[in-house]
Amino acid sequence: MAQNSDNNAYWSANKRIIAISLVIWFVCSFGFGILLRPMLSGIGIGGTDLGFWFAQQGSIIVFLVLIFAYAWRMNKVDQDFGVDE
Amino acid sequence: MDQFTLNLLVVGATFALYIGIAIWARAGSTSEFYAAGRGVHPVLNGMATGADWMSAASFISMAGIIAFGGYDTSAYLMGWTGGYVLLAMLLAPYLRKFGKFTVPEFIGDRFYSQSARTVAVVCLIIASTTYVIGQMTGVGVAFSRFLGVTKESGLYIGAIIVVFYAVLGGMKGITYTQVAQYVVLIIAYTIPAIFISLNLTGNPIPALGLFSSTSIDVAGVTAGQPLLATLEQLVTELGFKSYLSQSDTTLNMFLFTVSLMIGTAGLPHVIVRFFTVPTVKDARSSAGWALVFIALLYLTAPAVAAMARLNLISTIYPNGTAEAALSYDARPEWVSNWETTGLLKFEDKNGDGLINYVGDKDANELTVNNDIMVLANPEIAQLPGWVIALVAAGGLAAALSTAAGLLMAIASAVSHDLIKSQINPNISEKGELMAARISMAVAIAVATWLGLNPPGFAAQTVALAFGLAAASIFPAILMGIFSKRVNNKGAVAGMLAGLIATVVYIFLHKGWFFVASTASFSDADPLLLSIKSTSFGAVGALINFVVAYLVSNATEEVPADVQELIESIRIPRGAGSAVDH
Repeated sequence: MAQNSDNNAYWSANKRIIAISLVIWFVCSFGFGILLRPMLSGIGIGGTDLGFWFAQQGSIIVFLVLIFAYAWRMNKVDQDFGVDE
Repeated sequence: MDQFTLNLLVVGATFALYIGIAIWARAGSTSEFYAAGRGVHPVLNGMATGADWMSAASFISMAGIIAFGGYDTSAYLMGWTGGYVLLAMLLAPYLRKFGKFTVPEFIGDRFYSQSARTVAVVCLIIASTTYVIGQMTGVGVAFSRFLGVTKESGLYIGAIIVVFYAVLGGMKGITYTQVAQYVVLIIAYTIPAIFISLNLTGNPIPALGLFSSTSIDVAGVTAGQPLLATLEQLVTELGFKSYLSQSDTTLNMFLFTVSLMIGTAGLPHVIVRFFTVPTVKDARSSAGWALVFIALLYLTAPAVAAMARLNLISTIYPNGTAEAALSYDARPEWVSNWETTGLLKFEDKNGDGLINYVGDKDANELTVNNDIMVLANPEIAQLPGWVIALVAAGGLAAALSTAAGLLMAIASAVSHDLIKSQINPNISEKGELMAARISMAVAIAVATWLGLNPPGFAAQTVALAFGLAAASIFPAILMGIFSKRVNNKGAVAGMLAGLIATVVYIFLHKGWFFVASTASFSDADPLLLSIKSTSFGAVGALINFVVAYLVSNATEEVPADVQELIESIRIPRGAGSAVDH
């Protein structure tokens, strides 16, 4: 039973990290790149606005950072819960 | 040496390399044929995934679509990269822990149902075949140009080469070949981009050059203005739609991005890559490495797009848009080269002998197929002959690697998930390999036939394939891992509802079985709101989720042993090496 509740806690920790990551993922792509672009239109960059940059380049950089941050964080969580390979 | 000989030489040399690797790593047993043992390092696996993933759509087609579509087409950039975040967090580690060979196998086991497995095979075959059509379109464009033949002949030649090479090696051959292909394609993509960026902005990094100022006068616009502002000024003067602002509806752009993202995470030939890494830990970082190698191209692509459009305009209006356009008799060689393929057309509507390239459809005299932009780009920028040859080789590498990976996914679905598990469990290893190779050949024949009259530019056809994967496979896998409540009946009903809704919506807009004359609606005036057929995958996925949830709640609970399976795939410990068959 102790094993089970540990596993549940591990799974909740994983889901929490995923949820936080996906909020950032959403805001930087769908948010800044599409829905919130009008709000960023005042911030200029190279002949256009910040929303255009996020849509064409910024979001991709954020995605990269997110995946490696998740992999690094989860490796630590794996060890904390003793479920690493 | 003339350009044709140079093309043959460079393309020939890269082909010899791939085929050499394929022969060297020839597949022996069935497990090697599908999954290459499990000893592939995350960085190498990431590189191979990159080559697998970046197809003719990314290499040949995408920058061309962005060049003419501007901001509206950013969905391709965000969608085809953002899906890796979902893969790394929501699918890859758990599927690696599950530790079998194919996606239908997971769906069959998790939903304890042969019907679920069969439905997954059907979804996989439909999505992958659509995807191969897009590749064949790209291969046709590339071969037609560099052999100087029509696009139909280019397509047939390409099909023969794809068959030869996918049937020869299995996944292992493909993994190492794909590493080589990645190297060829990324060099081929970036070198011309660097030259062009240096020439236009003085910045050697194209991704930064895009947001820099011009260092030379372009089409009569004086140097020193931001490159994007220069481009915007020129397209507006010529009456084209704005490059920087949004013309598409927000709803369609949003759904299109969703569809590409979850389609990325649901495409079986990409997912299967994560079955081949040694550990769960590696599955997470492999997705990151794949995205690193993909991002090298995707951060360059928007620069290639804007600069290619700029160079096209300045070729036709060397002294500015207010001055006379280029005369047809003085057209550069690349224009006549591409005229041979039928992908670039000039029609002198007003009889003045000048190439009037303008936004007004009735007055415009130059039609440029989006798919030729990347291949023609080095010629437009007047780069040396070896760069042009290299781009041809890169485009073919991109198309071949993806076509081969997709054919592998189709082959394993048919031979492993359909024939061996359901029709004839006693089939010999030899018979299974034979079935795999026959299904590859059939898939390529169908794709070539449909590729003669493709439903869109390469990247648009591929986008349809993503919509299909998004609507059928992604939701099933996600619910399989994150929900203990979704049962066999729910999963089957959900996949069928999502797939059928999406297929019907696509066929209504693109014609039944992609025969254009049978279409009842068009993407310019779609059936539902402003949702184009390429964006409908997101809606299909939603239908899948809702149906699966409702049906599962109305029927019995998931059995205890399957609940244990779900518990176990959520925990990395004990992954070990996968079960052999």
